[in-house]
Amino acid sequence: MSITTTSPAETGNSTNWPEWFSNDQNGAWELFQSLPQPKRNDEPWRFANLKALDLSDFHLAVPIQDAASLITRSLAHTNLAAKLIFANEVLIHNDQSGLPSGVLLLPLEEAAKNHEELFRKSFMTSDVRLGSKKFAALHRAHLRSGAFVYVPQGVVIEQPIEIWHWVEGENATIFPHTLIVLEEGASATVVDHFVSSRDERSLAIAVNDLTVGTNAKLHYVGVQEWSDKATAFHINTTEVEKEGVSTALQMNLGGAYVRGESDSHLLGEGSRSVMLSINPATGNREIDQRTFQDHFAPRATSDLLYHNALADSSRTIFAGLIKVEEHAHETDAYQKVRNLMLSDEAEANSMPGLEILADNVRCTHGATSGELNEDELFYMMARGIGPKQAAQLIVRGFFGTVLERLENEELQAHLGEILDKKLSTSE
Amino acid sequence: MSTETKPDIDIDRSVGDFRYEMDYAFDAGVGLTEATIDYISDVKGDPDWVRAFRKEGYRKFLEKPMPTHWATKDLESIVFENIRYYLSQGQVPKRTWDEVPDDIKRTFERLGIPEQERKFLSGVEAQFDSEAAYSNIKAAVGEQGVIFVGSSEGLKEHPEIFKKWFGKVIPSGDNKFSALNSAVFSGGSFIYVPPGVKVKHPLQAYFRINAQNFGQFERTLIIVDEGAELTYMEGCTAPKFETATLHSAVVELVAMKGAKIQYITVQNWSSNVFNLVTKRGIAHEDAEVKWIDCNIGSRLTMKYPGVVMKGKGARGEVVSIALAGDGQHQDTGAKMIHAADNTTSNIISKSISLGTGRATYRGMVHVPKHLKGCKNNTECDALLINSHSRTDTYPAISVRGQGNAVQHEASVSQISAEQIFYMQQRGLSEAAAMSLAVNGFVNDLVQQFPMEYSVELKRLIDLEMEGSVG
Repeated sequence: MSITTTSPAETGNSTNWPEWFSNDQNGAWELFQSLPQPKRNDEPWRFANLKALDLSDFHLAVPIQDAASLITRSLAHTNLAAKLIFANEVLIHNDQSGLPSGVLLLPLEEAAKNHEELFRKSFMTSDVRLGSKKFAALHRAHLRSGAFVYVPQGVVIEQPIEIWHWVEGENATIFPHTLIVLEEGASATVVDHFVSSRDERSLAIAVNDLTVGTNAKLHYVGVQEWSDKATAFHINTTEVEKEGVSTALQMNLGGAYVRGESDSHLLGEGSRSVMLSINPATGNREIDQRTFQDHFAPRATSDLLYHNALADSSRTIFAGLIKVEEHAHETDAYQKVRNLMLSDEAEANSMPGLEILADNVRCTHGATSGELNEDELFYMMARGIGPKQAAQLIVRGFFGTVLERLENEELQAHLGEILDKKLSTSE
Repeated sequence: MSTETKPDIDIDRSVGDFRYEMDYAFDAGVGLTEATIDYISDVKGDPDWVRAFRKEGYRKFLEKPMPTHWATKDLESIVFENIRYYLSQGQVPKRTWDEVPDDIKRTFERLGIPEQERKFLSGVEAQFDSEAAYSNIKAAVGEQGVIFVGSSEGLKEHPEIFKKWFGKVIPSGDNKFSALNSAVFSGGSFIYVPPGVKVKHPLQAYFRINAQNFGQFERTLIIVDEGAELTYMEGCTAPKFETATLHSAVVELVAMKGAKIQYITVQNWSSNVFNLVTKRGIAHEDAEVKWIDCNIGSRLTMKYPGVVMKGKGARGEVVSIALAGDGQHQDTGAKMIHAADNTTSNIISKSISLGTGRATYRGMVHVPKHLKGCKNNTECDALLINSHSRTDTYPAISVRGQGNAVQHEASVSQISAEQIFYMQQRGLSEAAAMSLAVNGFVNDLVQQFPMEYSVELKRLIDLEMEGSVG
């Protein structure tokens, strides 16, 4: 069943959901059909490879046969509070033995049935405004499941919650969704893993909604390891209330065309959003990232750091905007993208932007593109390290400075291992 | 420091705010059709290829949409049907000041043009609405082989040089407004500096809009041959009319091997002029093109001077100062296209937004495949004075391949309360302290202007700042 011509009514998916949500899906389907396909002159798609947006030959994923092997392959971080595994949007593993009481960790459809009010309050409530409105509507229309994480007031979860999203099947499509709500003073770490079971062409349109309440603290990591043939959209919205802190890291280790949109709303006074990304681009990969740091309240901070290392014929696009709305005085906002060029065929496009409508603000942005430091290479080679390994060490160090921004050493080490494995196999 | 300051700023434009009733001998009427273009071509006695070039430009102008998908919607306030595209008293500029008609002479004398010329310039051209009213070059400079005439005269008298470069740096279809200019252009300068000639003093052009609803579309082409050097300065004013006026120029610079061009603009149009200008230079091997661009006037300015570094070792530079006061939008920036190895570009932009003013920086830096040793440095600093002011920065940087270094940095800040407090402690009024701080912010750039201009600039900034704090 083609994802662009099959309506939600024809998929039989509605039996999963309460009636009100099925109606909602029909509305989203209409929206998807009415919105135009992105065009060359659309500013949010500047520099993008529009050919990758033709999704007509992708179909809805069917349930997988061998769940057990995927469960074994979902290698976990050692100490976990909980682990959910979805394969082609079916929940195949659910372990929440380490969760404190009061925390809700549910498949989305169950949350819609039993916690309708909570669900409605935070499920895709913001306008998708960085370009992928059409694709977000398709996600909403075909959504089958996903993870719902609710942490009540004052509850602190020490260990990470890990959520796996597997895709399997040639031209198969999945719509992963993670919705996280932290109430006042709550704290949690959530790691999403996006993985292809085989070396197949597939599509994922993933959405996550992160709501960080007053004084709450969220660490969110998306580890994207789709196959090198995959197309993927990762659409994120983060809302941070007064004195809340959100730290979100996107690691893009796979995919052929990866579009990332991260939209941070600093809603409360003194709120803080840290936006990080690690992108080792190899082969013909195109990583197309658009970000928004939108300051609505005074004295909030946003801090973005994206590092791209470009090998082979890879391409990256970074378009970021810091917007300081009227009355958001005393804003501190930073944005930095660094491109490390490792090949003559690679291409890096950077569009860091600022729109400032308030005064008494401190905002800076920077974009640099450069190559491996000759002196560092020479230093290592003089000590007997081969040129290839020396380059790899420099790239690892380049990404290390982003990892260090996570305030969780155990998580840093775990992600560092995943990164090491990736870098050593992509030679 | 109080952030709630008086938003209404009284800008003193009295220097340029006067006009004379003129009887124009040539008037293309209101609106733009093929007939308007034929009228202009007939009056100017254009050669056939120029007439064809104009028609092609007109076709492209109609074809191209308004760039409002990225630019401000304010562009939609331009009513092309209401604009007068050609107005003049005659097509041949006067060579001596005495021959210039009295009204026009009075205009330029009030603006101090003849006096400036006597003082330090090598040559002056003064454009009044569509045509140059006066054009003169000092004998000594002329003897060196330097050509400095109006563009109409240039294309007729020097077709061999003119035709070779005209429309080559900026094709007529580059954007909607360069296409419009190509259709109806009139006036502007044509300059040729022969190999090795270093023109000691600047050449200057002065642009003046006198008639209401008038669109000025000058076209400037400057070619500086191998090893030669030139500094060119332009100034612009217009009286304040009831309705909006359009100024849409195209300026093309060609710096041959080892040549240097410095192009200085001080734009002080009245606050209802739409100033939509395309400026670009080509720098051949080891050549240097430097734009020094200061925008103080106009309702909306959209101007991104560019340099195409076509030869090895070429250098491009843009130094930009923008002051956006109440109701103004200064949308300025730079384009740097690296097209050869070891080319270097530098962009320094400083903007100040006060009252309800909005300053926007748009930049483009492009390093294509298989180039080595290219460097770009971009620095954008914006200063916000009031809580209703706005500033935006939208750079786009594309780098392909390794072996190049590109860096962009931008910051937005405000005048620190400590600075103001410190100065007030020493007896300065808050307004004087503010003005001093703003002058300090742009001072290093202002110093790059020739002395006469930097003094003028400082004075203008002081005037604009007056009453901006309460």
